[in-house]
Amino acid sequence: MSAYVTKSPWVVHYDGSSCNGCDIEVLACLTPMYDVERFGIINCGNPKHADVFLVTGSVNEQNKGIVKQIYEQMPEPKVVVAVGICACSGGIFKDCYNVLGGVDQVIPVDAYVPGCAARPEAIIDAVVKGLGVLQAKRDAMVNKLEVPAEEAAEEPAEAAEEAVEEPAEAVEEATEVVEEGGKE
Amino acid sequence: MIVKTVISIIAYLVLAPLLGGLLAGLERKLSAKMQRRVGPPVLQPFYDVFKLFEKERMAPTRFQDFYVLIFVVFVIASGVIFFAGGDLLLVIFTLTVATAFLIVAAYSSNSPYAEVGAERELLAMMAYEPMVLLTVIGFYMYQGSFNVRDILGSDTMAFLPMIGLFIGWIFILTLKFRKSPFDLSMSHHAHQELVRGLTTEFIGRTMGFVEISHWYENVFLLGFVFLFFANGTAWGWVIGIVVAIAAYFVEVYIDNCFARMKWQFAFKSSWIIAVVLGMINVFVLYLCF
Repeated sequence: MSAYVTKSPWVVHYDGSSCNGCDIEVLACLTPMYDVERFGIINCGNPKHADVFLVTGSVNEQNKGIVKQIYEQMPEPKVVVAVGICACSGGIFKDCYNVLGGVDQVIPVDAYVPGCAARPEAIIDAVVKGLGVLQAKRDAMVNKLEVPAEEAAEEPAEAAEEAVEEPAEAVEEATEVVEEGGKE
Repeated sequence: MIVKTVISIIAYLVLAPLLGGLLAGLERKLSAKMQRRVGPPVLQPFYDVFKLFEKERMAPTRFQDFYVLIFVVFVIASGVIFFAGGDLLLVIFTLTVATAFLIVAAYSSNSPYAEVGAERELLAMMAYEPMVLLTVIGFYMYQGSFNVRDILGSDTMAFLPMIGLFIGWIFILTLKFRKSPFDLSMSHHAHQELVRGLTTEFIGRTMGFVEISHWYENVFLLGFVFLFFANGTAWGWVIGIVVAIAAYFVEVYIDNCFARMKWQFAFKSSWIIAVVLGMINVFVLYLCF
C-alpha cells in the first residue's frame, strides 16, 4: 500500500551558508509558475511537522549543530535533500578553512541536486524521487526494520560529484541509486 | 424525539469531519485559483491527516497529548450538544473549555513559539467572546429560548431582526477560523514569524487530532450561521445551508485578500463591532420583543 506520506510531503528549508541562489530557486518552486502544492508539498517551516528537509549551502563549524538539531527534531519517516553543489560537496567553498563539506558530513542525505544554482525542475524532481525513499522508510517502520539511511546516503554522493555538469541527469542517477538503496 | 436526536448526533459525528475536510480542500483549491495556481487535489487535507497518523510518535511532554485529547473531546462535545438541539449557552461554554485546553497544551510544551501562539490565542478569545455571548443572548431575546431545538422549530427567521448580530458573527468567524487578517496564533499559510504558533509542538498524530477537531469546530460554527436562517419551513433550511457554506468561502476570500494584522487591531475592531452592532441589536430586540 502506498503510504500517505508520499501524497503530502511537507518541507522544511534550511540555508546553511549558501549564496542565496539555491534558496531563491527553492522558493521559485512554490510560485504559481511551478506550484509544488499540486503534489501536496507545503513549505511548513517547522521541522516537527516536516517530512522533507531541504538544505542549501555547505555545512560549516557554525551551523553543523543547527543542521543536526533540525534533522533530529523531524519525526520519522523523513528524507534529506541536498540542494545545490555546495550542499552536495561543499562546491567552490570546499577548501575554505571553516567549511566541513557537503551536508552528508553531518546527517545522512537521501537525494542530491547538483547545480549552481540548482534549477527548480531539478529540485522538484529530487523531492518527488525522494518520495520513493519516504515510502521505503515508512514500509520499514511498519515492518519494524532498521532503515539503511546511512548506507543509502554514501553511494549517490559519488554519482553526483561525477555528473556536476549535467544536473538533471545527475539527479536521476542519484535518486535511482537511493531508491535501490531504500529497497534493500 | 430521542431517536431523532440520536440520529442527528451520529450524523454529526460521522459527517462533520468529512464535510469539514472537504471544505478545507475546496478552500485550498480556491486559494490556489486566486493565486493563479493549479492547487492540490480536493482530498489533500485528508491525505495530510492520514500522513500525520503515519508519523513517528514524539512529544515534548507527555502531558501535552493529554491536554490535546481533552481539547478534542470538548470540541466534539460542544458540536454534539449543538446538533442534538441542546442549550446554546452550554455549547459556547463547552467550546471555551476546549479552546482553553488547547492553550494549556501549547503552554505545556515550554516552546517559545507555542507560548507566544498561546498568548495570542488567549487575546483572540478575549476578542471574540463578547460577540459570541451577545449572539446567544440575541437568540434568546428573539426566540425566547436558548435551546437549538426551539429555535429550529420557530416559525420566524431570525436573520433580519438579528442582522447586526449576524454581521458581527461573520466578523468573528475570521478569528474563530484563524484566517487572515486575524490568524494571530497559528496559520495554515507561510506567515512564519512564529513558526506554527500554537501548533508548533504538536507532532504527528497529535497534530492530526487537532486538524480533525478543527474540521468538527468549523462545521459547528457554520451551524451557528445556519441557525440565523433556520425555521420550521424547508426554505429556511435551504437558505441556511447555502448561506453557511457561502460564509465559509467569504472567509477564505478575506483570508486571501489581507495580510495579518496586529492583535491590538483584532481586539479593538471585534470589541467595537460587538458593542456597536451587537449591543444595539440586542437593545432593539429588547424594545421590540
